[in-house]
Amino acid sequence: MDALAARGNRSRAYPLAGNAIEFDRVTLARGGRVVLDGVSAAIRAGEFIGVFGPNGSGKSTLLRAILGLLPPLSGAIRVFGDPPARGSRSAGYLPQQRAALVDLPICGWDFVASAWRGDRWGLPLVSRRGREEVARAIARVEAQTLVQRPLSQLSGGELQRLLLAQALLGEPRLLLLDEPLISLDPHFQQAVISLVRDIQLAGEITVLFTAHDPNPLLGVMDRVLYLGNRRAAIGMVDDVITDQVLSRLYAMPIEVLRINDRIVVVAGHGPVEAEAHRHDV
Amino acid sequence: MFEYDFMRTAFLAGGVVAVAAGAVGFFLVLRNLTFAGHALSHVGFAGATGSVLIGVGALWGLLAFTVAAAVAMGLIGDRLRQRDIAVGIVLSLALGLGVLFLALYTAGAGEATAILFGNLLAIAPGTFWSLVALSAATLLALGVISRPLLFATLEPELAEAKGVSLRLVSVLFLAIVAVAVAEAAQVVGVLLVFALMVGPPAAAQRLVSRLGAGLALAVGLAIIETWGGIALAYATDWPTTFWIVLLSCLVYFASIFKPAIARSTTSHG
Ligand SMILES: Nc1ncnc2c1ncn2[C@@H]1O[C@H](COP(=O)(O)OP(=O)(O)O)[C@@H](O)[C@H]1O
Ligand SMILES: [Mg+2]
Repeated sequence: MDALAARGNRSRAYPLAGNAIEFDRVTLARGGRVVLDGVSAAIRAGEFIGVFGPNGSGKSTLLRAILGLLPPLSGAIRVFGDPPARGSRSAGYLPQQRAALVDLPICGWDFVASAWRGDRWGLPLVSRRGREEVARAIARVEAQTLVQRPLSQLSGGELQRLLLAQALLGEPRLLLLDEPLISLDPHFQQAVISLVRDIQLAGEITVLFTAHDPNPLLGVMDRVLYLGNRRAAIGMVDDVITDQVLSRLYAMPIEVLRINDRIVVVAGHGPVEAEAHRHDV
Repeated sequence: MFEYDFMRTAFLAGGVVAVAAGAVGFFLVLRNLTFAGHALSHVGFAGATGSVLIGVGALWGLLAFTVAAAVAMGLIGDRLRQRDIAVGIVLSLALGLGVLFLALYTAGAGEATAILFGNLLAIAPGTFWSLVALSAATLLALGVISRPLLFATLEPELAEAKGVSLRLVSVLFLAIVAVAVAEAAQVVGVLLVFALMVGPPAAAQRLVSRLGAGLALAVGLAIIETWGGIALAYATDWPTTFWIVLLSCLVYFASIFKPAIARSTTSHG
Protein backbone atom coordinates (compact mmCIF):
# COMPACT_ATOMS: atom_id res chain seq x y z
CA MET A 1 0.00 0.00 0.00
CA ASP A 2 2.82 2.39 1.01
CA ALA A 3 2.96 5.17 -1.58
CA LEU A 4 -0.46 4.33 -2.95
CA ALA A 5 -1.98 5.65 0.22
CA ALA A 6 0.51 8.45 0.56
CA ARG A 7 -1.06 11.60 1.88
CA GLY A 8 1.83 13.77 0.83
CA ASN A 9 3.18 14.15 4.34
CA ARG A 10 6.37 15.57 2.94
CA SER A 11 4.55 18.50 1.41
CA ARG A 12 4.95 21.91 2.95
CA ALA A 13 2.56 23.31 5.50
CA TYR A 14 -0.19 25.55 4.14
CA PRO A 15 -1.41 28.71 5.74
CA LEU A 16 -4.98 27.67 5.01
CA ALA A 17 -6.39 25.32 7.55
CA GLY A 18 -8.68 22.46 6.69
CA ASN A 19 -9.33 20.27 3.72
CA ALA A 20 -11.14 21.43 0.62
CA ILE A 21 -11.96 17.89 -0.48
CA GLU A 22 -11.94 14.60 1.37
CA PHE A 23 -12.50 11.17 -0.13
CA ASP A 24 -13.12 8.49 2.46
CA ARG A 25 -13.04 5.00 0.93
CA VAL A 26 -15.09 6.22 -2.03
CA THR A 27 -16.32 3.82 -4.68
CA LEU A 28 -17.61 5.34 -7.91
CA ALA A 29 -19.31 3.48 -10.76
CA ARG A 30 -20.27 4.50 -14.27
CA GLY A 31 -22.73 2.50 -16.34
CA GLY A 32 -22.64 -0.37 -13.82
CA ARG A 33 -18.83 -0.63 -13.82
CA VAL A 34 -16.72 0.34 -10.87
CA VAL A 35 -14.31 3.09 -11.92
CA LEU A 36 -12.72 3.94 -8.57
CA ASP A 37 -12.74 1.43 -5.75
CA GLY A 38 -12.38 2.51 -2.15
CA VAL A 39 -10.29 5.59 -2.83
CA SER A 40 -9.22 7.80 0.05
CA ALA A 41 -7.54 11.14 -0.41
CA ALA A 42 -7.51 14.57 1.14
CA ILE A 43 -6.88 17.82 -0.68
CA ARG A 44 -6.08 20.87 1.37
CA ALA A 45 -7.68 24.22 0.70
CA GLY A 46 -5.51 26.27 -1.61
CA GLU A 47 -3.68 23.34 -3.19
CA PHE A 48 -3.04 22.98 -6.89
CA ILE A 49 -3.54 19.31 -7.67
CA GLY A 50 -2.62 17.79 -11.02
CA VAL A 51 -4.89 14.83 -11.75
CA PHE A 52 -3.42 12.21 -14.08
CA GLY A 53 -4.11 8.70 -15.22
CA PRO A 54 -4.66 6.68 -18.35
CA ASN A 55 -7.75 7.21 -20.44
CA GLY A 56 -10.83 5.88 -18.73
CA SER A 57 -9.13 5.83 -15.34
CA GLY A 58 -11.87 8.04 -13.93
CA LYS A 59 -10.50 11.58 -13.92
CA SER A 60 -13.71 13.09 -15.29
CA THR A 61 -15.77 10.76 -13.13
CA LEU A 62 -13.95 11.98 -10.05
CA LEU A 63 -14.71 15.60 -10.90
CA ARG A 64 -18.37 14.79 -11.50
CA ALA A 65 -18.54 13.15 -8.09
CA ILE A 66 -17.04 16.24 -6.46
CA LEU A 67 -19.71 18.32 -8.22
CA GLY A 68 -22.44 16.12 -6.78
CA LEU A 69 -23.45 14.76 -10.18
CA LEU A 70 -22.51 11.18 -9.31
CA PRO A 71 -23.29 9.84 -5.85
CA PRO A 72 -20.69 7.32 -4.62
CA LEU A 73 -21.69 3.68 -4.35
CA SER A 74 -20.07 3.65 -0.96
CA GLY A 75 -17.85 5.85 1.13
CA ALA A 76 -18.13 9.57 1.71
CA ILE A 77 -17.03 12.67 -0.16
CA ARG A 78 -16.74 16.00 1.60
CA VAL A 79 -16.33 19.32 -0.15
CA PHE A 80 -15.43 22.07 2.31
CA GLY A 81 -16.81 19.83 5.03
CA ASP A 82 -20.16 19.08 3.41
CA PRO A 83 -21.38 16.34 1.09
CA PRO A 84 -21.17 17.46 -2.56
CA ALA A 85 -24.20 19.52 -3.55
CA ARG A 86 -25.30 19.87 -7.14
CA GLY A 87 -25.62 23.53 -8.04
CA SER A 88 -23.10 24.66 -5.45
CA ARG A 89 -21.70 28.10 -6.18
CA SER A 90 -18.38 27.31 -4.57
CA ALA A 91 -17.15 25.22 -7.50
CA GLY A 92 -16.16 26.44 -10.95
CA TYR A 93 -16.08 23.72 -13.59
CA LEU A 94 -14.58 23.40 -17.04
CA PRO A 95 -16.11 20.24 -18.54
CA GLN A 96 -14.21 17.98 -20.89
CA GLN A 97 -17.01 17.59 -23.46
CA ARG A 98 -16.96 20.53 -25.78
CA ALA A 99 -17.26 19.29 -29.35
CA ALA A 100 -20.80 20.67 -29.57
CA LEU A 101 -19.61 24.22 -29.04
CA VAL A 102 -17.54 24.46 -32.14
CA ASP A 103 -20.25 25.52 -34.57
CA LEU A 104 -22.44 27.64 -32.31
CA PRO A 105 -23.48 30.90 -33.97
CA ILE A 106 -23.63 32.71 -30.62
CA CYS A 107 -21.08 35.38 -29.75
CA GLY A 108 -18.57 34.79 -26.97
CA TRP A 109 -19.99 37.35 -24.60
CA ASP A 110 -23.47 35.82 -24.63
CA PHE A 111 -21.93 32.39 -24.29
CA VAL A 112 -20.00 33.27 -21.15
CA ALA A 113 -22.96 35.23 -19.77
CA SER A 114 -25.31 32.27 -20.19
CA ALA A 115 -23.52 30.67 -17.24
CA TRP A 116 -24.20 33.61 -14.94
CA ARG A 117 -26.95 32.35 -12.62
CA GLY A 118 -28.08 30.20 -15.54
CA ASP A 119 -29.95 27.88 -13.20
CA ARG A 120 -32.64 30.45 -12.43
CA TRP A 121 -35.99 30.47 -14.18
CA GLY A 122 -37.01 33.42 -16.29
CA LEU A 123 -35.53 35.39 -19.15
CA PRO A 124 -31.79 35.22 -19.80
CA LEU A 125 -31.32 38.87 -18.97
CA VAL A 126 -28.11 39.63 -17.12
CA SER A 127 -28.22 42.14 -14.29
CA ARG A 128 -25.72 44.97 -14.05
CA ARG A 129 -23.82 43.03 -11.37
CA GLY A 130 -23.87 39.99 -13.66
CA ARG A 131 -22.49 42.02 -16.55
CA GLU A 132 -19.66 43.26 -14.34
CA GLU A 133 -18.87 39.71 -13.26
CA VAL A 134 -18.93 38.47 -16.84
CA ALA A 135 -16.71 41.32 -17.99
CA ARG A 136 -14.26 40.62 -15.16
CA ALA A 137 -14.09 36.91 -15.93
CA ILE A 138 -13.52 37.69 -19.60
CA ALA A 139 -10.79 40.18 -18.71
CA ARG A 140 -9.07 37.63 -16.46
CA VAL A 141 -8.64 35.24 -19.38
CA GLU A 142 -7.72 38.17 -21.65
CA ALA A 143 -10.52 37.39 -24.05
CA GLN A 144 -11.89 40.92 -24.43
CA THR A 145 -11.13 40.97 -28.12
CA LEU A 146 -12.68 37.55 -28.73
CA VAL A 147 -16.11 37.96 -27.28
CA GLN A 148 -17.71 39.87 -30.16
CA ARG A 149 -17.16 36.95 -32.49
CA PRO A 150 -19.38 33.88 -32.76
CA LEU A 151 -17.95 30.71 -31.23
CA SER A 152 -17.93 29.13 -34.68
CA GLN A 153 -15.13 31.53 -35.64
CA LEU A 154 -12.89 30.86 -32.65
CA SER A 155 -9.93 28.51 -32.50
CA GLY A 156 -9.77 25.68 -29.97
CA GLY A 157 -7.52 27.67 -27.70
CA GLU A 158 -9.71 30.78 -27.84
CA LEU A 159 -12.74 28.69 -27.00
CA GLN A 160 -10.84 27.20 -24.10
CA ARG A 161 -10.26 30.65 -22.63
CA LEU A 162 -13.97 31.43 -22.79
CA LEU A 163 -14.72 28.15 -21.02
CA LEU A 164 -12.22 29.09 -18.35
CA ALA A 165 -13.97 32.46 -18.01
CA GLN A 166 -17.24 30.60 -17.44
CA ALA A 167 -15.59 28.46 -14.79
CA LEU A 168 -14.33 31.60 -13.03
CA LEU A 169 -17.74 33.31 -12.91
CA GLY A 170 -18.95 33.95 -9.41
CA GLU A 171 -15.54 33.72 -7.70
CA PRO A 172 -15.47 29.99 -6.96
CA ARG A 173 -13.30 28.66 -4.11
CA LEU A 174 -12.69 25.45 -6.00
CA LEU A 175 -11.78 25.08 -9.67
CA LEU A 176 -12.34 21.75 -11.38
CA LEU A 177 -10.67 21.89 -14.79
CA ASP A 178 -11.12 18.83 -16.96
CA GLU A 179 -8.38 18.58 -19.58
CA PRO A 180 -8.05 22.32 -20.19
CA LEU A 181 -4.84 21.78 -22.17
CA ILE A 182 -6.32 19.54 -24.84
CA SER A 183 -6.13 21.04 -28.33
CA LEU A 184 -3.78 23.80 -27.19
CA ASP A 185 -0.34 24.30 -28.62
CA PRO A 186 2.54 24.50 -26.08
CA HIS A 187 2.51 28.29 -26.02
CA PHE A 188 -1.16 28.46 -25.07
CA GLN A 189 -0.76 25.55 -22.66
CA GLN A 190 1.76 27.62 -20.73
CA ALA A 191 -0.52 30.65 -20.91
CA VAL A 192 -3.48 28.72 -19.50
CA ILE A 193 -1.37 27.15 -16.78
CA SER A 194 0.12 30.41 -15.56
CA LEU A 195 -3.28 32.06 -15.77
CA VAL A 196 -4.79 29.38 -13.55
CA ARG A 197 -1.81 29.59 -11.21
CA ASP A 198 -2.15 33.37 -10.86
CA ILE A 199 -5.85 33.12 -10.19
CA GLN A 200 -5.27 30.33 -7.72
CA LEU A 201 -2.62 32.21 -5.77
CA ALA A 202 -4.52 35.51 -5.79
CA GLY A 203 -7.69 33.97 -4.41
CA GLU A 204 -6.28 31.01 -2.43
CA ILE A 205 -8.35 28.78 -4.63
CA THR A 206 -8.16 25.01 -4.66
CA VAL A 207 -7.52 23.66 -8.16
CA LEU A 208 -7.97 20.19 -9.58
CA PHE A 209 -6.45 20.17 -13.03
CA THR A 210 -6.65 17.00 -15.13
CA ALA A 211 -4.12 16.42 -17.88
CA HIS A 212 -2.28 13.71 -19.74
CA ASP A 213 1.25 14.96 -19.40
CA PRO A 214 2.58 16.08 -16.01
CA ASN A 215 5.49 18.00 -17.53
CA PRO A 216 3.82 21.33 -18.30
CA LEU A 217 2.44 21.38 -14.76
CA LEU A 218 5.61 20.44 -12.90
CA GLY A 219 6.38 23.99 -11.82
CA VAL A 220 2.92 24.81 -10.51
CA MET A 221 1.46 21.67 -8.97
CA ASP A 222 1.60 21.29 -5.22
CA ARG A 223 0.80 17.59 -5.43
CA VAL A 224 -0.45 15.02 -7.90
CA LEU A 225 -3.41 12.68 -7.79
CA TYR A 226 -2.74 9.73 -10.06
CA LEU A 227 -5.58 7.39 -10.99
CA GLY A 228 -5.45 3.96 -12.57
CA ASN A 229 -6.59 0.42 -12.18
CA ARG A 230 -9.52 1.65 -10.03
CA ARG A 231 -7.11 3.04 -7.42
CA ALA A 232 -5.52 6.36 -6.68
CA ALA A 233 -2.27 7.69 -5.33
CA ILE A 234 -1.87 11.19 -4.00
CA GLY A 235 1.35 12.85 -2.99
CA MET A 236 4.35 14.81 -4.13
CA VAL A 237 5.42 14.31 -7.72
CA ASP A 238 8.57 12.45 -6.67
CA ASP A 239 6.64 10.08 -4.45
CA VAL A 240 3.86 9.23 -6.86
CA ILE A 241 5.34 9.35 -10.35
CA THR A 242 7.64 6.43 -9.70
CA ASP A 243 8.17 3.04 -11.32
CA GLN A 244 6.61 1.26 -8.40
CA VAL A 245 3.45 3.34 -7.97
CA LEU A 246 2.70 3.75 -11.66
CA SER A 247 3.30 0.08 -12.39
CA ARG A 248 0.60 -0.68 -9.91
CA LEU A 249 -1.78 1.96 -11.27
CA TYR A 250 -1.26 0.99 -14.90
CA ALA A 251 -1.24 -2.71 -13.98
CA MET A 252 1.83 -3.25 -16.14
CA PRO A 253 5.56 -2.63 -15.84
CA ILE A 254 6.20 1.10 -16.07
CA GLU A 255 9.48 2.91 -16.07
CA VAL A 256 9.72 6.57 -15.14
CA LEU A 257 12.66 8.34 -16.75
CA ARG A 258 13.97 11.81 -15.99
CA ILE A 259 15.43 13.54 -18.99
CA ASN A 260 16.55 17.14 -18.54
CA ASP A 261 14.00 17.74 -15.77
CA ARG A 262 11.27 16.20 -17.88
CA ILE A 263 9.38 13.15 -16.79
CA VAL A 264 8.91 10.43 -19.38
CA VAL A 265 6.63 7.60 -18.45
CA VAL A 266 7.53 4.52 -20.46
CA ALA A 267 5.56 1.32 -20.73
CA GLY A 268 7.00 -1.85 -22.23
CA HIS A 269 6.51 -0.52 -25.77
CA GLY A 270 7.01 3.23 -25.58
CA PRO A 271 6.05 6.49 -23.89
CA VAL A 272 2.69 6.28 -22.19
CA GLU A 273 1.50 9.82 -22.72
CA ALA A 274 1.86 9.66 -26.48
CA GLU A 275 -0.38 6.61 -26.35
CA ALA A 276 -2.92 8.42 -24.23
CA HIS A 277 -3.06 11.41 -26.56
CA ARG A 278 -3.67 9.23 -29.54
CA HIS A 279 -6.82 7.75 -27.98
CA ASP A 280 -8.25 11.01 -26.94
CA VAL A 281 -10.69 12.93 -29.06
CA MET B 1 -57.13 43.81 -49.28
CA PHE B 2 -57.86 44.77 -45.67
CA GLU B 3 -61.50 45.40 -46.49
CA TYR B 4 -62.12 41.67 -46.26
CA ASP B 5 -62.72 40.07 -42.90
CA PHE B 6 -60.88 36.90 -43.84
CA MET B 7 -57.83 38.89 -44.92
CA ARG B 8 -57.70 40.78 -41.64
CA THR B 9 -58.06 37.50 -39.76
CA ALA B 10 -55.33 35.93 -41.89
CA PHE B 11 -52.89 38.78 -41.18
CA LEU B 12 -53.61 38.78 -37.46
CA ALA B 13 -53.55 35.00 -37.08
CA GLY B 14 -50.42 34.71 -39.23
CA GLY B 15 -48.68 37.41 -37.21
CA VAL B 16 -49.62 35.88 -33.88
CA VAL B 17 -48.41 32.44 -34.93
CA ALA B 18 -45.23 33.81 -36.52
CA VAL B 19 -44.15 35.43 -33.26
CA ALA B 20 -44.41 32.15 -31.37
CA ALA B 21 -42.92 30.09 -34.20
CA GLY B 22 -39.95 32.43 -34.63
CA ALA B 23 -39.17 32.59 -30.92
CA VAL B 24 -39.54 28.87 -30.26
CA GLY B 25 -37.77 28.06 -33.51
CA PHE B 26 -34.78 30.14 -32.43
CA PHE B 27 -34.08 27.77 -29.56
CA LEU B 28 -35.05 24.75 -31.66
CA VAL B 29 -32.33 25.59 -34.18
CA LEU B 30 -29.83 26.46 -31.45
CA ARG B 31 -30.42 23.05 -29.85
CA ASN B 32 -30.05 21.21 -33.15
CA LEU B 33 -33.52 19.79 -32.69
CA THR B 34 -34.90 20.63 -36.10
CA PHE B 35 -35.47 16.99 -36.92
CA ALA B 36 -37.49 16.58 -33.73
CA GLY B 37 -39.59 19.60 -34.73
CA HIS B 38 -40.13 18.15 -38.17
CA ALA B 39 -41.13 14.80 -36.69
CA LEU B 40 -43.54 16.44 -34.27
CA SER B 41 -45.39 18.14 -37.06
CA HIS B 42 -45.83 14.84 -38.88
CA VAL B 43 -47.02 13.14 -35.73
CA GLY B 44 -49.51 15.98 -35.55
CA PHE B 45 -50.92 14.92 -38.90
CA ALA B 46 -52.30 11.72 -37.34
CA GLY B 47 -53.79 13.75 -34.52
CA ALA B 48 -55.41 16.21 -36.87
CA THR B 49 -56.95 13.62 -39.17
CA GLY B 50 -58.04 11.55 -36.16
CA SER B 51 -59.85 14.45 -34.55
CA VAL B 52 -61.53 15.39 -37.80
CA LEU B 53 -62.71 11.79 -37.99
CA ILE B 54 -64.36 11.99 -34.56
CA GLY B 55 -65.70 15.47 -35.24
CA VAL B 56 -63.36 17.60 -33.10
CA GLY B 57 -61.44 20.57 -34.50
CA ALA B 58 -58.17 19.56 -36.18
CA LEU B 59 -56.17 21.96 -33.98
CA TRP B 60 -57.02 20.00 -30.84
CA GLY B 61 -56.04 16.64 -32.29
CA LEU B 62 -52.82 18.19 -33.51
CA LEU B 63 -52.08 19.57 -30.07
CA ALA B 64 -52.85 16.33 -28.26
CA PHE B 65 -50.59 14.26 -30.51
CA THR B 66 -47.70 16.69 -30.75
CA VAL B 67 -47.57 17.35 -27.01
CA ALA B 68 -47.74 13.64 -26.16
CA ALA B 69 -45.00 12.85 -28.68
CA ALA B 70 -42.87 15.76 -27.44
CA VAL B 71 -43.00 14.63 -23.84
CA ALA B 72 -42.09 11.10 -24.91
CA MET B 73 -39.13 12.42 -26.93
CA GLY B 74 -37.96 14.55 -24.03
CA LEU B 75 -38.06 11.55 -21.71
CA ILE B 76 -36.04 9.44 -24.11
CA GLY B 77 -33.37 12.10 -23.69
CA ASP B 78 -30.89 13.88 -25.89
CA ARG B 79 -28.06 11.49 -25.26
CA LEU B 80 -29.54 8.32 -26.58
CA ARG B 81 -27.68 7.66 -29.78
CA GLN B 82 -30.63 5.82 -31.28
CA ARG B 83 -32.98 8.68 -30.62
CA ASP B 84 -33.33 9.93 -34.18
CA ILE B 85 -34.09 6.42 -35.31
CA ALA B 86 -36.71 5.92 -32.60
CA VAL B 87 -38.24 9.27 -33.48
CA GLY B 88 -38.22 8.42 -37.18
CA ILE B 89 -39.97 5.12 -36.60
CA VAL B 90 -42.67 6.64 -34.40
CA LEU B 91 -43.05 9.35 -37.02
CA SER B 92 -43.73 6.88 -39.80
CA LEU B 93 -46.22 5.07 -37.58
CA ALA B 94 -48.00 8.36 -36.99
CA LEU B 95 -48.12 9.12 -40.70
CA GLY B 96 -49.51 5.64 -41.33
CA LEU B 97 -52.23 6.27 -38.77
CA GLY B 98 -52.99 9.56 -40.48
CA VAL B 99 -53.46 7.76 -43.78
CA LEU B 100 -55.78 5.27 -42.08
CA PHE B 101 -57.87 8.02 -40.48
CA LEU B 102 -58.12 9.78 -43.83
CA ALA B 103 -59.30 6.58 -45.52
CA LEU B 104 -61.94 6.11 -42.83
CA TYR B 105 -63.03 9.73 -43.12
CA THR B 106 -64.68 9.62 -46.48
CA ALA B 107 -66.12 13.12 -46.54
CA GLY B 108 -63.34 15.12 -48.03
CA ALA B 109 -59.90 15.60 -49.37
CA GLY B 110 -60.22 19.34 -48.70
CA GLU B 111 -59.82 18.79 -45.01
CA ALA B 112 -56.69 16.72 -45.58
CA THR B 113 -55.18 19.33 -47.86
CA ALA B 114 -55.81 22.00 -45.23
CA ILE B 115 -54.07 19.91 -42.59
CA LEU B 116 -51.13 19.08 -44.82
CA PHE B 117 -50.60 22.48 -46.38
CA GLY B 118 -52.49 24.92 -44.17
CA ASN B 119 -55.24 27.32 -45.09
CA LEU B 120 -54.64 30.67 -43.53
CA LEU B 121 -57.39 32.35 -45.51
CA ALA B 122 -60.07 30.14 -43.99
CA ILE B 123 -59.35 30.49 -40.29
CA ALA B 124 -62.57 30.51 -38.25
CA PRO B 125 -62.96 33.18 -35.56
CA GLY B 126 -62.97 30.49 -32.85
CA THR B 127 -59.72 29.07 -34.15
CA PHE B 128 -58.26 32.56 -34.29
CA TRP B 129 -58.83 33.16 -30.60
CA SER B 130 -57.46 29.71 -29.79
CA LEU B 131 -54.31 30.61 -31.71
CA VAL B 132 -53.97 33.88 -29.80
CA ALA B 133 -54.30 32.04 -26.48
CA LEU B 134 -51.86 29.32 -27.53
CA SER B 135 -49.30 31.85 -28.74
CA ALA B 136 -49.53 33.77 -25.50
CA ALA B 137 -49.12 30.58 -23.49
CA THR B 138 -46.19 29.46 -25.63
CA LEU B 139 -44.35 32.74 -25.24
CA LEU B 140 -45.03 32.88 -21.53
CA ALA B 141 -43.76 29.35 -20.97
CA LEU B 142 -40.73 29.99 -23.16
CA GLY B 143 -40.01 33.13 -21.16
CA VAL B 144 -40.08 31.17 -17.93
CA ILE B 145 -37.67 28.45 -19.07
CA SER B 146 -35.49 30.45 -21.48
CA ARG B 147 -32.68 31.15 -19.04
CA PRO B 148 -31.95 27.57 -17.94
CA LEU B 149 -32.83 26.44 -21.48
CA LEU B 150 -30.12 28.64 -22.94
CA PHE B 151 -27.58 27.52 -20.34
CA ALA B 152 -28.48 23.85 -20.89
CA THR B 153 -28.24 24.33 -24.65
CA LEU B 154 -24.86 26.05 -24.71
CA GLU B 155 -23.14 24.22 -21.85
CA PRO B 156 -25.08 21.11 -20.77
CA GLU B 157 -22.34 19.67 -18.54
CA LEU B 158 -21.79 22.93 -16.71
CA ALA B 159 -25.52 23.63 -16.46
CA GLU B 160 -26.05 20.24 -14.89
CA ALA B 161 -23.29 20.91 -12.38
CA LYS B 162 -24.89 24.24 -11.54
CA GLY B 163 -28.19 22.57 -10.71
CA VAL B 164 -30.15 22.73 -13.97
CA SER B 165 -32.19 19.58 -14.59
CA LEU B 166 -31.39 18.83 -18.23
CA ARG B 167 -34.22 16.33 -18.46
CA LEU B 168 -36.84 18.71 -17.08
CA VAL B 169 -35.73 21.57 -19.31
CA SER B 170 -35.71 19.28 -22.33
CA VAL B 171 -39.21 17.93 -21.71
CA LEU B 172 -40.66 21.37 -21.02
CA PHE B 173 -39.04 22.82 -24.12
CA LEU B 174 -40.26 20.03 -26.38
CA ALA B 175 -43.79 20.49 -24.99
CA ILE B 176 -43.54 24.16 -25.93
CA VAL B 177 -42.25 23.19 -29.37
CA ALA B 178 -45.24 20.88 -29.75
CA VAL B 179 -47.69 23.70 -29.14
CA ALA B 180 -45.83 26.00 -31.52
CA VAL B 181 -45.81 23.26 -34.15
CA ALA B 182 -49.55 22.78 -33.82
CA GLU B 183 -50.02 26.53 -34.28
CA ALA B 184 -47.64 26.81 -37.20
CA ALA B 185 -49.44 23.92 -38.87
CA GLN B 186 -52.54 26.10 -39.00
CA VAL B 187 -50.64 28.59 -41.10
CA VAL B 188 -48.44 26.52 -43.40
CA GLY B 189 -49.70 22.98 -42.78
CA VAL B 190 -47.96 20.07 -41.07
CA LEU B 191 -45.69 19.35 -44.02
CA LEU B 192 -44.19 22.83 -44.11
CA VAL B 193 -43.86 23.81 -40.47
CA PHE B 194 -40.12 23.89 -41.14
CA ALA B 195 -40.57 26.99 -43.29
CA LEU B 196 -41.89 29.00 -40.36
CA MET B 197 -40.06 27.47 -37.41
CA VAL B 198 -36.64 26.71 -38.89
CA GLY B 199 -36.17 29.03 -41.87
CA PRO B 200 -36.34 32.42 -40.09
CA PRO B 201 -34.30 31.44 -36.98
CA ALA B 202 -31.67 29.68 -39.09
CA ALA B 203 -31.29 32.76 -41.26
CA ALA B 204 -31.22 35.01 -38.19
CA GLN B 205 -28.45 32.98 -36.60
CA ARG B 206 -26.38 33.29 -39.74
CA LEU B 207 -26.83 37.05 -39.81
CA VAL B 208 -26.23 38.07 -36.19
CA SER B 209 -24.45 36.50 -33.25
CA ARG B 210 -25.94 38.47 -30.38
CA LEU B 211 -28.67 36.48 -28.69
CA GLY B 212 -31.22 39.23 -28.25
CA ALA B 213 -30.73 40.51 -31.78
CA GLY B 214 -30.92 36.99 -33.19
CA LEU B 215 -34.16 36.24 -31.39
CA ALA B 216 -35.71 39.53 -32.48
CA LEU B 217 -34.59 38.99 -36.06
CA ALA B 218 -35.98 35.44 -36.10
CA VAL B 219 -39.37 36.71 -34.95
CA GLY B 220 -39.22 39.66 -37.33
CA LEU B 221 -38.39 37.48 -40.33
CA ALA B 222 -41.14 35.01 -39.45
CA ILE B 223 -43.67 37.86 -39.37
CA ILE B 224 -42.41 39.47 -42.57
CA GLU B 225 -42.37 36.18 -44.45
CA THR B 226 -45.87 35.32 -43.27
CA TRP B 227 -47.35 38.72 -44.08
CA GLY B 228 -45.45 38.90 -47.34
CA GLY B 229 -46.81 35.48 -48.23
CA ILE B 230 -50.37 36.50 -47.53
CA ALA B 231 -50.04 39.70 -49.57
CA LEU B 232 -48.49 37.86 -52.50
CA ALA B 233 -51.20 35.20 -52.33
CA TYR B 234 -53.81 37.95 -52.45
CA ALA B 235 -52.14 39.51 -55.46
CA THR B 236 -51.55 36.31 -57.40
CA ASP B 237 -54.27 33.95 -56.21
CA TRP B 238 -51.60 31.32 -55.62
CA PRO B 239 -51.61 29.53 -52.23
CA THR B 240 -50.39 31.50 -49.20
CA THR B 241 -48.31 28.53 -48.07
CA PHE B 242 -46.39 28.52 -51.33
CA TRP B 243 -45.42 32.15 -50.95
CA ILE B 244 -44.46 31.83 -47.30
CA VAL B 245 -42.26 28.83 -48.01
CA LEU B 246 -40.70 30.57 -51.01
CA LEU B 247 -39.88 33.69 -48.98
CA SER B 248 -38.49 31.54 -46.18
CA CYS B 249 -36.18 29.74 -48.60
CA LEU B 250 -35.06 32.95 -50.31
CA VAL B 251 -34.23 34.62 -47.02
CA TYR B 252 -32.36 31.58 -45.78
CA PHE B 253 -30.29 31.22 -48.92
CA ALA B 254 -29.60 34.94 -48.97
CA SER B 255 -28.30 34.64 -45.41
CA ILE B 256 -25.89 31.91 -46.47
CA PHE B 257 -24.16 34.25 -48.88
CA LYS B 258 -23.85 37.05 -46.37
CA PRO B 259 -20.63 35.93 -44.65
CA ALA B 260 -18.92 35.51 -48.00
CA ILE B 261 -19.75 39.08 -48.88
CA ALA B 262 -18.74 40.37 -45.48
CA ARG B 263 -15.43 38.53 -45.69
CA SER B 264 -14.63 39.70 -49.18
CA THR B 265 -15.11 43.33 -48.16
CA THR B 266 -13.11 43.14 -44.94
CA SER B 267 -10.45 40.68 -45.90
CA HIS B 268 -7.62 43.17 -45.88
CA GLY B 269 -7.26 43.14 -42.08
N1 LIG C 1 -21.67 8.39 -19.45
C1 LIG C 1 -21.03 7.23 -19.18
N2 LIG C 1 -21.72 6.08 -19.05
C2 LIG C 1 -21.10 4.94 -18.76
N3 LIG C 1 -19.80 4.82 -18.58
C3 LIG C 1 -19.04 5.92 -18.69
C4 LIG C 1 -19.62 7.18 -18.99
N4 LIG C 1 -18.64 8.10 -19.04
C5 LIG C 1 -17.49 7.43 -18.78
N5 LIG C 1 -17.74 6.13 -18.56
C6 LIG C 1 -16.74 5.11 -18.21
O1 LIG C 1 -16.20 5.43 -16.96
C7 LIG C 1 -14.80 5.21 -16.96
C8 LIG C 1 -14.09 6.46 -16.54
O2 LIG C 1 -14.28 7.45 -17.51
P1 LIG C 1 -13.73 8.92 -17.35
O3 LIG C 1 -13.98 9.39 -15.96
O4 LIG C 1 -14.30 9.72 -18.44
O5 LIG C 1 -12.17 8.68 -17.56
P2 LIG C 1 -11.04 9.76 -17.86
O6 LIG C 1 -11.63 11.11 -17.70
O7 LIG C 1 -9.98 9.45 -16.86
O8 LIG C 1 -10.56 9.49 -19.23
C9 LIG C 1 -14.44 4.72 -18.34
O9 LIG C 1 -14.32 3.33 -18.29
C10 LIG C 1 -15.59 5.12 -19.20
O10 LIG C 1 -15.78 4.17 -20.21
MG1 LIG D 1 -11.92 12.62 -18.95
